[in-house]
Formats: sequence, C-alpha cells, structure tokens
Amino acid sequence: MRDRVTILALLLPALLVMFVSGVIPASFVAFYSLHDTFAGNSFVWVGPQWYLSVLSSSEFWWALARSFSFSALVLLIEVPLGIFIALRMPASGPWATVLIVLLAIPLLAPQIVVGYLFKVLTSPGIGLLHALFDAVGLGYDMNNPVVVWASLLLMDAWHWTSLVVLLCYAGLRAIPQAYYQAARIDGAGPWAIFRHIQLPRLRLVLLIAILLRLMDSFMIYAEAYVVTRGGPGVSTTFLSHELIQTATIQFDLGEGGAMSILYLLIIAVISWAFFTLIVPQRDQAA
Amino acid sequence: MKGRMSIAPLVYVALLMTPVYWLVAMSFKTNAEIGGGLTFYPHSMSLENYALILTDPDWYMGYVNAIIYVVINVVISVSVALPAAYAFSRHDFFGHRALFFGLLMFRMMAPAILLAPFVQIFSDLGLIDTHIAVAVAHCFFNVPLAIWILEGFISAIPREMDESARIDGHGVVSFMRRILIPQIAPGIAVAAFFCFMFSWIEYMLANALTTVDAKPIAGIMTRAAGVMTGDIALLSAASVLGLLPGLLLIIFVRKHLATGFSMGRVI
Repeated sequence: MRDRVTILALLLPALLVMFVSGVIPASFVAFYSLHDTFAGNSFVWVGPQWYLSVLSSSEFWWALARSFSFSALVLLIEVPLGIFIALRMPASGPWATVLIVLLAIPLLAPQIVVGYLFKVLTSPGIGLLHALFDAVGLGYDMNNPVVVWASLLLMDAWHWTSLVVLLCYAGLRAIPQAYYQAARIDGAGPWAIFRHIQLPRLRLVLLIAILLRLMDSFMIYAEAYVVTRGGPGVSTTFLSHELIQTATIQFDLGEGGAMSILYLLIIAVISWAFFTLIVPQRDQAA
Repeated sequence: MKGRMSIAPLVYVALLMTPVYWLVAMSFKTNAEIGGGLTFYPHSMSLENYALILTDPDWYMGYVNAIIYVVINVVISVSVALPAAYAFSRHDFFGHRALFFGLLMFRMMAPAILLAPFVQIFSDLGLIDTHIAVAVAHCFFNVPLAIWILEGFISAIPREMDESARIDGHGVVSFMRRILIPQIAPGIAVAAFFCFMFSWIEYMLANALTTVDAKPIAGIMTRAAGVMTGDIALLSAASVLGLLPGLLLIIFVRKHLATGFSMGRVI
C-alpha cells in the first residue's frame, strides 16, 4: 500500500504535465474529428463524416505515400551511415570529444535555419550545392522532382544522421571489452564481430533512433517547406503540409482532426510493433 | 580500440561543416558580393549584419525569447521526468508497460497534429505570446523522451544501492537528492541536452503560439524573409547566431555528454 502511494507520488508530476500538454490537446483533436464547426465555437456532431471524406480524398493518400517514401529513404540512408560512422569513431580521448561536439552542431540547428541554409545552398548563382551539381555536369533543376527530393534527403541526412551516430556511439561504448577479447580468441573478423556482437547489442539504441527518425521525418514540415514550398507541383507536399493547409489555413478543423487521428493510428501501430521488439529485450540487453 | 582514429568520421565531419562554413562566410559578405557569384571567403569583411541584429531589439530579443522558453521547458521536463523514470525503473506496478508505451506515443505525435488545439487552448487561457505557453506545449514530446533516457541510466545502477540507502535511513526524497542525482548526473546532462535540442529547433508551435513578446528568432527570420527576400547576408548572420547557443551548450556540457555516452544505456 505504501509502495503504491510512493509510485503514484513519483509519477504524478509527469502525468500532470503530460495531461496538460498531451492528453487535453489530443482529446480536442479527437473532438474536432467528429464535429463540424461554423465559427470555431459552436460544434455539431457529424459522426464519421470527416473520416470518410479524408479516406476518399486522393490528396491524403498521395501525401501519405510521399511521407512514407520520404521516411523510408531517410531511414535507409541515415541508419546505415550512422552505424558506419559510429563504428569508426575513436572510443575515447580528446578526438572523441571534438567529434561529438562537431557532430552535435547540425542537431542543434533550428529547423528554419536548416531550411534556409539548404534553400541558399541550392539557389542558382549563390549556392554551393547548385554550383557543385553544375560542375559535375548533372545540372541543378529545381523543377525536377528527383533533384528536389535528393536535396531534401541530403538536408535531412545533414541535420539528423548525427543523432544515429551519437546514439550508436553510446551503445557501442556499453559493450564490455571482454566480448571483443572472446571474439578475437575465436578468430572472428570485423564483419563477424559486427554481425554477432555489435549489431545485437545496438538493437535498443537503433530501435529508438529509428523511432525518433521515423516520426520526425514522417511529419517533416518547416525545413522542407522553406526549401521547396511543397513543389515542384505537389511532389514534396507531405502529410504535415496537407494537415496544416487543412486545419489552420482553410480552418477545416474537422477534416484536419480526422487526418490527425488517422495519422496517430498509423504511428501507434508502427510504434507498438517496434515497442514489442524493444521491451522484452530491455532486461538482458542492458 | 582506444583512441584509434580512422578517416571516415573526419571526412564525414568535414562534409557536415562545409555548409556551416558556407553560412558563416555568407554572413560576413555584403549582398553585392553574394549576388556577384560564388566566392569562397568574404572579400570585404562586413560586420554590418551582426551589428544590426545585436543592436535591434526586434532581432536580438528573438534569441532571448527562444532561450527563455527552452530553459523553462528543459527544467520542467527533466524535473518531472526524473521521479517518473525512477518509478518506471524500480517498481513493477500494474499497467507499467501500457503506461510507458502510452507516454512514448506522445513523443510520436507531431507538433502539426496538436497545433490547432494548442492555439485554441492557449487563446482561451490568454496565454498566447507567453514563454510559458511554448514551454508547456513542448513538454508533450520532451517529457516522454526525458523519462525514456533517464530510465535507462537509473536502470544501470544496481538496486542494492537503493536498499543500502534505505537502511541508512534515507527517505525517497533524500535518496534522490543525495544519492541518485549525483550518480546519474551525466544521464541528467544527456536528457537535458536532448530536451534542449528538440525544443530549441522546433518551429511550428513556437511560431504559432507567439506574436511579439515571446517570438523566437525562427519566427522573426521567417517574417524578415517574407518582407525582404533579398537580404541573404542578414539572414545568414541571423542563422549563424541561431547556431551559437546550441554550440555554446555543447561545449559547456561536452564532458558530461562524453561521460553520459560512455556510461552506455543512453536509451
């Protein structure tokens, strides 16, 4: 009994804060999604109408497909690259600290700064990236969706690969030296060490890195918007752009709410899948 | 293994720093030079842009505002997450798993989703354009993350320590203050670092919940970019100054960060 009181007391501050900043606004979204509003203050129950209209809108499905593809590409680029760099980092010493500091700089760049930076880098006449594309004969055409996607992926990789590197680096430091000695006695090469020792021990950090990257790239907004304004055409109009357009620019709270809830369902399924992968391992993996 | 340096991280970091160098170089150029074609370093060092930003409160208050709400957010996030993380780490209560996952789900929500309700709630409360509004809004993604990180660090400490502290007569509060917090100080630094990072870079909520008095630099930059599309040099200087607080933080906590990372179990 006393234990329960202690647990509750320990959890209470966090639960209160999460109630205010998470549960309440999320319930508002659920409420919007089932109601229609005229002036934003009188609401009429409309049932699943908004869901049906979102699910039958091709813009929603295309935006969803683009967001999925973007996240998939982000993970395919950033996770292997991040692991590779982390494996090559020195274990300790002044160089390790210098590298950590430099790696963390892009992480702390505000989204607007990142977007602005890459907008300038890809601008004709003044941008380094633009000049680089021209110099190797590829030509930089902002009307070509492939080129635009490549720059967004490059931007995201610049901003966020360091997160994967730092998390994996931390995970690698937690592997006891004895594991490596045992592997060396068994005559294991670098690949075998990676495959059978490092990768399994990185599972936990990799999964959280994947979750964070997945979610943040899935709802990328400001950075991509500054660089491309969703174009050319709608080729870089992602889910969050669609959502912001609907909910705050057209002030269509119901449709925006329904879109948000659908997004949450998708994210909940993916997160649950990852979570069940992580948590049974939590105890041994430490 | 120790201290061995290989070429890959050096090349990678050099590539990371190239755009940063580019940005810094542009911030010292004049617009005439930027418009006149590619130059790899500023030919006429101009400090005008920095002078303008650092003397005009409409500009520099943007940094101050952002730092204020970020610091409030970090303090709230870490201080409520610490006891919760301890509970999750040490007690196997009913609904433990579901609650932990439920909290994690909020980290998976995006600012875009909660934007409309936050605007409505904070308008109703009369809190639009206050630092506290942004700080509280940012809690939905930072509190779960801080709990997650701290839980990892606390779980790395053997439970025997709790018991011997109890035998020594420490209550929960005194145990946390005297024993737990000093033990996991690097973990707290790592958690604070990540909270600072995600709050500092966030744009959508921070911009939508503020108008003048609490407007972060990112919002001021967007406004300036809309009005004077041409002033690349000025916006570059504003961007460089936007990188500085983060850089100072990293340099300031680098030792803790390195220890935190080497304690393993970051997450």
